[in-house]
Amino acid sequence: MGGKLFKNFSFFSATISFFILIGIFSILFTYAQDSIREFGFDFLGSEVWEADEDDEEIGIFGGFIPIIGTLLSTLIAMAIATPLAMGIAIFLTEIAHKTLVKPVSIAIELLAAIPSIIYGMWGLFYLAPIIQSTFGGQGVGLLTAGVVLAIMIIPFMAAITRDSMNTVPDVLKESAYAMGATKFEVIKDVIMPYSKGGIIGSIILALGRALGETMAVAFLIGSVMSIPSNITDPTTSIPVLLANNFSEAMGLEMSSMYYLALVLFVVSLAIISVAKFYFLRQKVK
Amino acid sequence: MNRLLLNKIILVLSTLSAVIGISFLFWILATLTYKGVSSLHISTFTNDLVEGGIRNLLVGQFTMATIASVIAIPIGMFAGIWLREYSNNSKLASVIRNLSDVMMSAPSIVIGVFVYAIFVAPFGSYNGFAGIIALTIMMIPIIISTTDNMLALVPKELREAGIALGGSKHKIIMQIVVKAAKVGITTGILLSFARIIGETAPLLFTSANNQFFTMDLTGQFPSLTVSIYNLATYPDEASRELAWAASFVLTAIVLIINLTGRYMTRNKK
Repeated sequence: MGGKLFKNFSFFSATISFFILIGIFSILFTYAQDSIREFGFDFLGSEVWEADEDDEEIGIFGGFIPIIGTLLSTLIAMAIATPLAMGIAIFLTEIAHKTLVKPVSIAIELLAAIPSIIYGMWGLFYLAPIIQSTFGGQGVGLLTAGVVLAIMIIPFMAAITRDSMNTVPDVLKESAYAMGATKFEVIKDVIMPYSKGGIIGSIILALGRALGETMAVAFLIGSVMSIPSNITDPTTSIPVLLANNFSEAMGLEMSSMYYLALVLFVVSLAIISVAKFYFLRQKVK
Repeated sequence: MNRLLLNKIILVLSTLSAVIGISFLFWILATLTYKGVSSLHISTFTNDLVEGGIRNLLVGQFTMATIASVIAIPIGMFAGIWLREYSNNSKLASVIRNLSDVMMSAPSIVIGVFVYAIFVAPFGSYNGFAGIIALTIMMIPIIISTTDNMLALVPKELREAGIALGGSKHKIIMQIVVKAAKVGITTGILLSFARIIGETAPLLFTSANNQFFTMDLTGQFPSLTVSIYNLATYPDEASRELAWAASFVLTAIVLIINLTGRYMTRNKK
């Protein structure tokens, strides 16, 4: 009897992720209905976001600015983070002396453990002034958000890349060295091809994470509804718009916020799924 | 000679990346310590937010994270147990495994929006329960994957020994398998606790925040992280100092829990 109950409860718990995911999707979809019916797919390309002062059921809402802000800040972050994360992974697997690997790994993983709000605050008071004096602009803006996002995803990307580089059999590397290959040639022609799946997977997962990051970006992107014409210009992103305006929105504007959340949710899930199923497919032990 | 030079350049660049990564860690920790410690006073810990302290915020944040853990740990562990011990690695198991991995990476702000729709909007007010639910949703997939991976490390001979002794399946699981994986699972729990206690986005419009000390989960509930977000953007110096103090305390808590978890498994692997 006890065994049966135990088994059933285990199974019930296992299905919970499924129900939560379905729940999130259906709730977002339901609450976004008004906006979806009103604006359809044009929502994604329209840059007007104007509520009506008197009637909360009318107004024009388009998600282009937060969508483009999200994409651009993520793009900047990826451009900075990818080479650095690869470098760190190579350093940890191929260059560092044995005694250094552990402390450096721990330091990188601690960097990943720091809450995102801390990155945001640090970025606002320490990085923004530096970016302003080097690149001009107002301090907060796309570039500052992108740089701090990069610092946040580097440890994550480096850790997965390192793990997959570690799976390269020593025999392969040794044969290449025996042929007179330099370390760089071994990395380029043996390690990279062998762990390609894991590396691409880590890049895509980091991309998914950067798209959905809220707090660090909220301090730094400037939170204004305008299309950036310059890399240092302030703009906004989907998570930031939600964080700052979701709770005060009403009616159609609220529904449009749900629409944006739905877009972010679906895009993130698609990206994560591609990374997991296509590139990081693990053999079941 | 060219390829040797290229080799040198790449090796130097890689080492440089590691140096840059570590410098950022120290830069952030140094500024936090410098700014945080100079703004910390005894009264910071004894006063509530309304009097310029963080007592109610610490209690609130810990209360929500702890209750979320109490809900998420059993659900996550049972799910992990099903995946590893009962599913026979069926197709369904791999679907569930993938779904929970996907859920682990869902944007936290979206989870906040979802919980707002079902636990805040219908009741007309922000409440501590909603914050707890949001944190629980964040924590469950982490516990599932930890339990799943840790149980996979338990040698099957242990299970066979249990069967040979005539133990029933659920007794073998609880008394032998889970016990053998105890350290690893505990580490996973500590790491996931460290993760959710620093979360802000899922709390913004679920628990929101409260300036006063309260244990009433049906109303707005004090949150350390949400307060940091608010305080840091106020223009006055006192608010900013309190934000730094709170950030320092939060980071210290997160890193200490994280390091404790890692220390427990230091000799494993």
